[in-house]
Amino acid sequence: MTREQARTLIGERYSGAQVEGDTPLVVTLPVDQWLSFAQFAKTTLGCRFFSFSSAVDWKEQGLEVVARIDNLNDGVSVTMKTRLGPGVSTCPSLVPVYRGADWMERECYDMFGIHFEGHPDLRRILLGDDWEGHPLLKSYAVDTPHPPYR
Amino acid sequence: MLETAKTSRVEFDYSGGERLMMNMGPQHPSAHGVFRAILTLEGETIAGVDAVIGYLHRCHEKLSETLTYAQYPSIASKTDYVAAMTSEFAYVLAAEQIGKIEVPKRAQYLRVIMAELQRVASHLLWLGTWCMDMGGALGGGATVFLYCIREREMILDLFEMLVGARLLYGFYQVGGTRYDIPEGWERKCRETIDFIDQRIGEYDALLEDNPFFFARAKGVGVISRELAEDVGIAGPLLRGSGIAFDLRRAAPYSSYEDFTFNVPVETAGDCFARYRVRMVEFRESIKIVRQVLDRLPPGPISSRPGLKSVAQIRIPKGEAYARVEGPRGEVGCYLVADGSAKPYRMKWRGASFSNLSVLPHIIPGHKVADVVAIMGSVDPVFGEVDR
Repeated sequence: MTREQARTLIGERYSGAQVEGDTPLVVTLPVDQWLSFAQFAKTTLGCRFFSFSSAVDWKEQGLEVVARIDNLNDGVSVTMKTRLGPGVSTCPSLVPVYRGADWMERECYDMFGIHFEGHPDLRRILLGDDWEGHPLLKSYAVDTPHPPYR
Repeated sequence: MLETAKTSRVEFDYSGGERLMMNMGPQHPSAHGVFRAILTLEGETIAGVDAVIGYLHRCHEKLSETLTYAQYPSIASKTDYVAAMTSEFAYVLAAEQIGKIEVPKRAQYLRVIMAELQRVASHLLWLGTWCMDMGGALGGGATVFLYCIREREMILDLFEMLVGARLLYGFYQVGGTRYDIPEGWERKCRETIDFIDQRIGEYDALLEDNPFFFARAKGVGVISRELAEDVGIAGPLLRGSGIAFDLRRAAPYSSYEDFTFNVPVETAGDCFARYRVRMVEFRESIKIVRQVLDRLPPGPISSRPGLKSVAQIRIPKGEAYARVEGPRGEVGCYLVADGSAKPYRMKWRGASFSNLSVLPHIIPGHKVADVVAIMGSVDPVFGEVDR
């Protein structure tokens, strides 16, 4: 599997996806194809290695979820991206495909408040269970007070 | 006084049958940090585990949005404080990728030397603490630990000569390195690695002559090839599970392609396999350091002029994911820049975070004492797990 072959395969299967770059291939998908693309990438493109997933807060344009997967044998790397849209904070979970997404999506929920549908155990991971708000959102000020500490 | 005694009591919770919930941590010495494993036990056998992390969370990712590209590299060292050079490396690489900033050859080579010395130092700490965790089995626990710490100190001395600090360096800078090696450093470095090279052979012999060591390490905590990729574990764990993947070889950065070294692979996937991989890596790192010292080119150490203000480095709009092969595996930095002097968003892919997340999959079925051996063989650094 070369990068060119991967690009062609993605183009044939996912005409709605926008593919850029080379290393990695940056694939921008509609939300409803998020999970099915991951399945396709794992089985067809051989991207079995789950590197990380996270999100970016684009303020009024809404949240963007990012995941990176690799084919370790052929050196094909794919960065998957999807825009959730303004005000939306639900996204399909990748846990059914990659077990590594478990903790990564919990962290993402913790920091951005994104609800991953289909995640078996979505709860906070780094912050305490009683924490209020999701710190990596741009609307969350760095100096947000936290009684009784400050 | 009474309050403290009350809250620190271990809670037992029988949930029917013969099952017992037990807290291992957050202050268990084998965690080498702050980690709580809530074990569900059936007798001495573990039926389930819930890993609780986050005790060391310092909001690195939010913090990085408030610090400039000149300031953050020295803070980046604090994510993985056992291998501080590595995280600085990933961060500056990401910024350089977006900004298309060239790095002089000498700076690239210096970066490689420090990254490899750091790997040796980090593996030494791992070997020492892991052997101490398995203490009794090795005939007087702290023996190997003290030997290893002695050698690690020698590398920290080298770093101290270089930057003036022993643990957190701030050596890497966008565009190059902050310091050049001082007078006499090269000779001292060669002496140190020669000494360590010889010592590693002695530890090999010391440990692999011990049937108790085999009993604790072989066949314990097996990670299958399939699970390894699925969870995204990296570094010695991945290579211990039969996957020959090393970023220095697969996607060379900072002139790694100029040097020859082997990538050790073991197929068993158990604690012993991970141990073997790291023992070979010691020697391969030393081999790389020797090659770099032999071929260190003269020239500038940074492509950027000296900084007059911290906000002087501006990175154009764009994004990049830079990854380096740290002692614990793939340390990645996903950076989104918006053209200002500070990142718009930065995400750490901590190698320890991904490596640790394999624990709930492999611990069930083992005995309580094995948790200590498995956790040590994973080599998590909690600064990097919690960031």
